[in-house]
Amino acid sequence: MANPVEQFQIEPLVPLHIGGVNVSFTNSALLMVVSVTLVTAFLTLSVRGRALVPGRWQSMAEVFYEFVGNMIRDNVGSEGRKFFPFIFSLFMFVLFGNLLGLVPYSFTYTSHIIVNFGLALTVFIGVTIIGFMRHGTHYLRMFFPHGAPILTAPILIPIELISYLSRPFSLAVRLFANMTVGHIMLKVMGGFVVALGVLGVLPFAFLSAITVLEFGIALLQAYVFTILCCIYLNDAIHMH
Amino acid sequence: MSSGDEGPNLDDLGARLQAARAREAAETGQDRVRSGGGNNAGMGLGFRIAIELVVNIVVGTGIGYLLDWWLGTKPWLMVVFVFLGAAAGVMNIYRVAKGLDDSVGLGQASRRGKNDQTNGP
Repeated sequence: MANPVEQFQIEPLVPLHIGGVNVSFTNSALLMVVSVTLVTAFLTLSVRGRALVPGRWQSMAEVFYEFVGNMIRDNVGSEGRKFFPFIFSLFMFVLFGNLLGLVPYSFTYTSHIIVNFGLALTVFIGVTIIGFMRHGTHYLRMFFPHGAPILTAPILIPIELISYLSRPFSLAVRLFANMTVGHIMLKVMGGFVVALGVLGVLPFAFLSAITVLEFGIALLQAYVFTILCCIYLNDAIHMH
Repeated sequence: MSSGDEGPNLDDLGARLQAARAREAAETGQDRVRSGGGNNAGMGLGFRIAIELVVNIVVGTGIGYLLDWWLGTKPWLMVVFVFLGAAAGVMNIYRVAKGLDDSVGLGQASRRGKNDQTNGP
């Protein structure tokens, strides 16, 4: 049986070392380029007609646009409009990463924690900067709830601070765990199909169901990642 | 959705679309995407709770370790921050279980949660 975690191996396609730093073009990077190219092609080609009544491709692009647009409007409000390009790019990048990973023989870059962590950290740092820019030092008030007894401050403030700092980690780990678990499960089930011979029909049926579930998870996790970014952004802008 | 200058027909359609969307939103809340399947949502919730707990403890431990390294008080701050991290994790799980949003500040979040129950995370 093939090693189920072999699929997450990073392989340099074009070895490249600049100043002692390994900057090789890997299979992960290739999939990222493919995903960005696909997203760009999909969005630009589908709306080229600019029809008032959209065709098939244009309505697909509009579905994504409206989906993210509504998400921002519901969670951040009208002030979130100017962050639309960033949130939309984030959503499409994660979504296409998840979906392209389900294509056989491809690679899932969202199954690598450092990729997700890079995205999450960008959001986290950006949101923190936005919060401080809009509220100044008043932003720190967020870590201590109004009306709580002042004696609880030494415990409450570190707890809220840890909870705040754990955001990029939990964002990254959640996407990573969901993607990795799904792909390992698919691989292990695939191994059973071959190993069991005629009885392999059973794991094969299960495998088909799991594949459908995996598509659902790919969509759901892209949605969760983006909506949490929206919630964090809302926190920084409105502070409640 | 602001195109209304194509005659009464499109105006009417727009109004009906808005009404239908409002009705749908009132019926299903925000759970339109989440409720893709019972299995799916339950797995997501389970993952969330597990990750929340583990990540908060790890981050707390990391902060404690760095502070120790910086202040030279090995290992006391790390011990304290492990427990603080666990407390933060449990607090976040409480938030998830109560269906509150993910924003910072538990007291404010629970007050908001009482105001509008429909706005789950």
